[in-house]
Amino acid sequence: MNLNVHIQEEDFDVADEIAALTTEAAGAVASFIGLVRGGDGVTGMVLEHYPGMTEREITHIAEQAQARWTLIHGITIIHRIGRLNIGERIVLVAVASAHRQSAFAACEFLMDYLKTRAPFWKQEERDGGLSWVEHRASDDAAAERWRKS
Amino acid sequence: MNVLYFAWVRQKVGRADEVVEHTPSLRTAGDLATMLAARGGGYAEAFADLSRLRVAVNQSHVGLDATLAAGDEVAFFPPVTGG
Repeated sequence: MNLNVHIQEEDFDVADEIAALTTEAAGAVASFIGLVRGGDGVTGMVLEHYPGMTEREITHIAEQAQARWTLIHGITIIHRIGRLNIGERIVLVAVASAHRQSAFAACEFLMDYLKTRAPFWKQEERDGGLSWVEHRASDDAAAERWRKS
Repeated sequence: MNVLYFAWVRQKVGRADEVVEHTPSLRTAGDLATMLAARGGGYAEAFADLSRLRVAVNQSHVGLDATLAAGDEVAFFPPVTGG
């Protein structure tokens, strides 16, 4: 499997990433892009991570997806760190597969696990101050349902 | 052992990492958390409620009952909020 994991401050080009992931055997690519959401007085976001463990965890999650959906040919996961403005891209998960079902399912699986396992932490910026984003129980529930299926 | 702190745990203890000697009384990650909390100040604040903390040993998620050994990398942090 073609696995690309990048943790970076810079933005990424979605079209370039999908083109790089696609092979002749791929009949489908599903992708998810997470953005910095505005509203509630939020003016930006600052992300930090645990270098080394982040890459390990994401690679582990991708290997689990590959074991579940053997039709997967490639996975690209890019997660940004540092300060981001509203509307900026935070994360890209793209899955190339033989058929759409496994591409859709693996993409969702990867995001659900990334949310609960990959060591990133977000701070929201309001009025020039920063506050830590609380972990959401609904994210745990989303990851948990994959254990049952 | 190399002990690392992330997010608000780092802010409360006032440092990102430190070396802690492994002793027989530090059998588990929970023992280490209890020892750190007993230092008082920001440490007591950071480790006041262990249910709010997560721990990794050698860059893998573990529970507070995970056993420690000399040379381990132990990290304490809040539940993750990426994606």
